[in-house]
Amino acid sequence: MATCKYDWPEAGGRELVGKRIDRIDGPEKASGRAKYTYDTHRPGLLIAKLLTCPYAHAKIKSIDISPAQSLPGVKAVLVIQDAGSEIQWAGDEIVAVAAVNEDIAEDARRRIKVEYEQLPHLVREEDLERAQANGRTKPAGEETVGDPNKAFQDPDVVISKGFYGIPVITHCCLEAHGNVAEWTDAKTLKTWSSTQNVSGLPGQIGAGLRRQKVNVDDSNIETVCQYIGGGFGSKVFSRPWGIVAAQLAKMAGKPVKLMLDRDAELEIAGARPSAFAKISVAAKKDGTLAAWDSESWGTGGVGPAGHPPLPYVLQPPNTHWKHTMVAANIGPSRAWRAPNHPQGCLLTMGALDDLAAKLEMDPVEFLMKNVHLAPKLLTKIYSEELQKAAELAEWKKNWHPRGDKTPGHTKRGMGVSLHTWGGRGHTSTCNVIVRPDGSVTVRLGSQDLGTGTRTVIAISVAETFGLPVEAVKVEIGDSKYPPDGASGGSTTVGGVSASTRRGAVDALGELFAAVAPSLGVPPDQLEAHLGLIRVKGDASKSLTWKQACSKLGVKTIQTTGRNPGPCHLNDSGVGGVQIADVSVDTETGQVKVNRMVAAQDCGLIIDLKTAESQVYGALIMGICYSLFEEKIMDETLGQMLNPNMEFYKLAGIGDIGELVVHMMTGPGYDERGVIGLGEPPVISPGAAISNAVANAIGVRVPTLPLTPDRVLAALDKGGLA
Amino acid sequence: MRRKKDRPRKTASEKPSLTRRDFLKGAGVTVSGGLLGKSIVADAAQPESKNEIVGPGAVPVTLRVNGKVHKLNIEPRVTLLDALRDRLDITGSKKVCDRATCGACTMLMDRKPVYGCTVLAIEAEGHEITTIEGLAADDKLTPVMAAFVNHDAQQCGFCTPGFVMACTAFLERNPNPSLEDIEKGLGGNLCRCGTYWGVRHAVLQAAREMKGGSHGNV
Ligand code: FES
Ligand code: FES
Repeated sequence: MATCKYDWPEAGGRELVGKRIDRIDGPEKASGRAKYTYDTHRPGLLIAKLLTCPYAHAKIKSIDISPAQSLPGVKAVLVIQDAGSEIQWAGDEIVAVAAVNEDIAEDARRRIKVEYEQLPHLVREEDLERAQANGRTKPAGEETVGDPNKAFQDPDVVISKGFYGIPVITHCCLEAHGNVAEWTDAKTLKTWSSTQNVSGLPGQIGAGLRRQKVNVDDSNIETVCQYIGGGFGSKVFSRPWGIVAAQLAKMAGKPVKLMLDRDAELEIAGARPSAFAKISVAAKKDGTLAAWDSESWGTGGVGPAGHPPLPYVLQPPNTHWKHTMVAANIGPSRAWRAPNHPQGCLLTMGALDDLAAKLEMDPVEFLMKNVHLAPKLLTKIYSEELQKAAELAEWKKNWHPRGDKTPGHTKRGMGVSLHTWGGRGHTSTCNVIVRPDGSVTVRLGSQDLGTGTRTVIAISVAETFGLPVEAVKVEIGDSKYPPDGASGGSTTVGGVSASTRRGAVDALGELFAAVAPSLGVPPDQLEAHLGLIRVKGDASKSLTWKQACSKLGVKTIQTTGRNPGPCHLNDSGVGGVQIADVSVDTETGQVKVNRMVAAQDCGLIIDLKTAESQVYGALIMGICYSLFEEKIMDETLGQMLNPNMEFYKLAGIGDIGELVVHMMTGPGYDERGVIGLGEPPVISPGAAISNAVANAIGVRVPTLPLTPDRVLAALDKGGLA
Repeated sequence: MRRKKDRPRKTASEKPSLTRRDFLKGAGVTVSGGLLGKSIVADAAQPESKNEIVGPGAVPVTLRVNGKVHKLNIEPRVTLLDALRDRLDITGSKKVCDRATCGACTMLMDRKPVYGCTVLAIEAEGHEITTIEGLAADDKLTPVMAAFVNHDAQQCGFCTPGFVMACTAFLERNPNPSLEDIEKGLGGNLCRCGTYWGVRHAVLQAAREMKGGSHGNV
């Protein structure tokens, strides 16, 4: 096979790629030395607070900021939305104040007087008919393939009908959204922003400021983000507070820090759209899927929010789906790890699991029987993963037909689900710099969300140079560096690993050219291996990396690596299978996860350790939204009832059970190149856990999260209780 | 606002008045927040003998943090967490929920873990405060920190300093923890990225390594 010069090394030739390597910024984080946006201090720093609207739908009648302005210590008060503006969700930003400290900013905020005229609102969307009666619905797509009507009428099919739902949840980043803005001179702005999009932010902030008549060139804006305390899709865009901080800083002539309060973080800084569906699905008696019909709806606030892909992954020959969007007066949706997939997955895998139960089939066998309905690329992957996951979960031993018949009120159940995601590497540019003293720097305007981006960059360059990981200095997190894409949609690892590989291969080529004369061979006869530049096939002829670099004299090598680019370094499209093993207390309605098993493919893995962490983390995040998380809206007040962390619940260390992660690697996987991993493993937990609960108690709990009240209500209607 | 006149140094065995950790112990994390909120209010409202009235304006407060003395002039309502982060630029302790639910602000007061967001700075006078910056010198790591790195018990890392502090204090009281002890003892710290699996293993490793050894500088 002809190789391409940038190709990843073959399995036998990899020193670092695919091994378990510690994240390189681990010590900074574990010791508390890592500085986040929230930790940024500047001389004369002011603290800003936002006054938000308490009503879900209202018109501003009047605003009086003078009592705030006159408070000593207050340095700037900015009206964000003025009298006459129509507000569409509780928590929307009305006024911002900047003061010498947080307490004074808080006092000033309380003094501002805003009069509203309340308007009719709708904040709950599960009841589609009610939303329709309120004129709050809009068609969001419909499609028919084959002849579903005829297929459902076939007397030889078994049909299952059900209702399934997954509510709005929030991102709940532990570091709230926000930033520090400082004008270093009249025309130059520097921001420290909690962002997933370091390279893209100056353009967004510049455009926002110009809309507010603040004149600034994008080229005069620098955004820095060395560490970010969570994003999960919600920190790709700067949003009003990015602009507001810069405006306040301009007004006050001082740097301003504006971080959202926890309640605002949960109300307005990100929502994952809900999805509810009435579904009919049919299969032949042998389990082969024949037809699908779904009528679904959901909300992502008053604006559009996309729709879940239905049916998810497995496409029966006859399908019909129709989706309706509900405009609800809640904080706007933002991309939440694998946008629309967890919803599509829960609705589909729940409905298929109910059908398998009706057919009295083992759901793993049922999925095996139907994997041929998945995209071609994935059918083999799913078969292997189903086998592997079933083996790790001891499926044959632990699974039973629906309804745990053993005595007692603790019922155990098993559920399975599968998922997919794209994850092709984004556009990326980097500089790779090799100096005559042998030091190596790689520089790009990327960001590390905690996924291990710094580490995979270091591995990609170190592997190419035959150096240890520590020999590579990784500089990211500054918009002054070569532009890199936003970290969203699992696109980062594919992008940065490929651009840095190409940049490093080119740099190595230049180094070979410089040292070839002293080793007496042409440059193409050289290779880099274990800290040496040596002649291929003649180990006696070699130089250490440092000796080799000294041959550069006064010249520094600087190359530019790009993605996309030549050779097959990355790809798109992964498959994953998960199995949940749960216990349900039929007296209290409490669900406990005993074990979660994930078999996950992501092509060629750069760092196995941080890759596994992504999957462990996704399983835990999945347990959170399956059992605990919900943005609870009150229809009377129009407000979120749980905008705090005691009632917006996340799993704790005791809620996760045993986690088993198996990464699919080796032949059939590695040669696909690098594919993103952030999104896929968070997709299946909802369906796997919901299916496991149904298997335990004999009845479907239709909507997530599977809270005790919902479990008990489902038991009341049927099941084992 | 009242503060104690004679402010005696509390011994490690004494319970600092605003410590949440003891309430958390044994309480399921998903119910802890609401219960705690009440207890704090009730606790804080208890008038103490030998109190002087201070505030609402700024008052001098002396804090002893990581072995160093800092003199501040702050309003009595300023929390210990805000005083450290905003006034002293000691930012290892994070502010997340700001109301005793998440543990991101965990620090030690006389070697006992407290939530810095729910202790007032004036309440911390006369006590020895240790933040994560005070556990290890320069670029060194304590066994707990090293175990966090080794088991990748951190992703974004925002919950990590709080977790490291909680684990450090936990291991001091439970040098030989079972998995169940860990699940209960560390239930007061929340992580959004989902690092609990790594944390469990990190705590077990640190326990093994610290047996008979030193517990960092704590
Ligand atoms: S910030 Fe103190 S417990 Fe959450
Ligand atoms: S590592 Fe991100 S919150 Fe815990």
